[in-house]
Amino acid sequence: MKHSIDIDYVANLARIALTDEEKETFSRQLDDVLGYIEKLNEVDVSGIEPTAHAFPVKNVWRDDVAGEAFPVETALANAPAKRQNMIVVPKVVE
Amino acid sequence: MSKPIYYQTAAELADQLSAGELTSEELVRAVIDRTKKVEPQVQAFLSFDEEDALAQARASDARRKEGKALGPLDGIPVGIKDVLAVTGQPLTCASRMLEKFVSPYDATCIQKLKQAGAVLWGRLNMDEFAMGSSTENSAFQQTGNPWDTDRIPGGSSGGSAACVAAGEAIVSLGSDTGGSIRQPAALCGVVGLKPSYGLVSRYGLVAFASSLDQIGPFARGVEDAALLLQGIAGHDPRDSTSYKTEIPDYRAALKEKKGPWKLGIPKEYFGEGLDPEVEKAVRGAIEFYRKSGCEIVEVSLPHTQYAVAVYYIIATAEASSNLARYDGVRYTRRSDKAADAIDLYFQTRAEGFGQEVKRRIILGTYVLSSGYYDAYYLRAQKVRTLIRDDFMKAFEKVDALLTPTSPVPAFKKGERTADPLAMYLSDIFTISTNLAGLPGISIPCGFTGSGLPIGLQILGQPFAEADLLAIARHYEQAHDHHQQHPNLD
Repeated sequence: MKHSIDIDYVANLARIALTDEEKETFSRQLDDVLGYIEKLNEVDVSGIEPTAHAFPVKNVWRDDVAGEAFPVETALANAPAKRQNMIVVPKVVE
Repeated sequence: MSKPIYYQTAAELADQLSAGELTSEELVRAVIDRTKKVEPQVQAFLSFDEEDALAQARASDARRKEGKALGPLDGIPVGIKDVLAVTGQPLTCASRMLEKFVSPYDATCIQKLKQAGAVLWGRLNMDEFAMGSSTENSAFQQTGNPWDTDRIPGGSSGGSAACVAAGEAIVSLGSDTGGSIRQPAALCGVVGLKPSYGLVSRYGLVAFASSLDQIGPFARGVEDAALLLQGIAGHDPRDSTSYKTEIPDYRAALKEKKGPWKLGIPKEYFGEGLDPEVEKAVRGAIEFYRKSGCEIVEVSLPHTQYAVAVYYIIATAEASSNLARYDGVRYTRRSDKAADAIDLYFQTRAEGFGQEVKRRIILGTYVLSSGYYDAYYLRAQKVRTLIRDDFMKAFEKVDALLTPTSPVPAFKKGERTADPLAMYLSDIFTISTNLAGLPGISIPCGFTGSGLPIGLQILGQPFAEADLLAIARHYEQAHDHHQQHPNLD
């Protein structure tokens, strides 16, 4: 069956490894959801400004002064792997 | 002594504390004992730390003894949804992704509650990352509705609603992105308030959909909701969307604002899918307002039918972006199966997220992906404008709107989990409020024949929380729904 979403393409963009079962289930469920969302095509939106935030607060400035910051140990306390005050990640460049 | 301590309100307890008739330690012990007794049935808490709560209580008692009590919340146990950062406490968002995460700082609302002397009590269960309407998406446990523990408490703040209904906390905090405070409040028979977008700082609230999320109170009475809102509202430079506005004295407003009000009934909220018992109770509440001198006007919010569709585009789009940070690098969980750096993202996210979170990230990623952005996301933002305009037009005619909070009472566990769309539609009356940034409150307004609570929703103009609370209080004073408690003994 043809689904609305190319699940492999989207899962790759989302950086989630899905099982075959998840791919099948999500594709089917998202067909329903997207079918429902099609409703929006009925609405005439010509000339309507999009709303990103309910109360547009513009140009929020603050003085450029340093505030309090965490000590390094606190900032790294939740990192899964660390060494010499840095977070360790798998090798990126060969 | 009529009511047990754990079922008294914060307002009542504050009086007893300041009169020296009760200590915070006695109060917190009563709440801990109650929690231990009913928690096997209710399962509202993901964790709690008795010793920490008792230490906070003793500190409150010591302050009071020196004449330095901090106000009405001093010494009152406040339950905390597991989505708000409290220094040194777990912050799991009911997700395996953050199972081992410990907060390095306090959310602004938490900092404010500490300054008000409140006793921060426990970590409350929720749908994973606040995505859901039944709390069944928690990775760790299923919370029962205290009125019938085979049923769901609502969601996503199910633990926050259930613990207040069951006497496991005096009041609690939750978060509301599409109804996650009001819907569980309605289903558990308590008061739940979603403030206007920008009234309460979101700093330290784990983000789900940033343009919709707000933190708000659960309570067993409108006055307590006012007290807790007072404790957390106000501008915060650390949240650039927090609004600079005068914060009124909400508790005083309950006495000062007497009505009568002009109240609108949006006809779109009384259509197909509304449970007849819910409709009857809500119409009964409307009739009460009419009889007590309020003018009742039918209004129309014509774009209501599009709200759920708009919401599931905007909320999932924002979520897909906000949850991109859980990549195995910084936030505790890291897959040990990854072949390389990119695979680390794929594997960690596959292992850490539950089904609903994955589903919403996929949907959000899709609607933002190249070629679909205009058709989905941009169009949804435009319809969002129309939804907001509908409300603003209605508020030219009326002071507030009365609606059901949830189309149905609490449903059975497992009943809707297989059908995400059916679950999404359970938020149909609460979602528009978040899209428009308005405040909304749910108060108990009756019970079904089988004894399940029903909620009345009152929606107000932006930053009109004081009016909303006064309108809610007007109903509450003439009824006793809020004084009834589930039988858990």
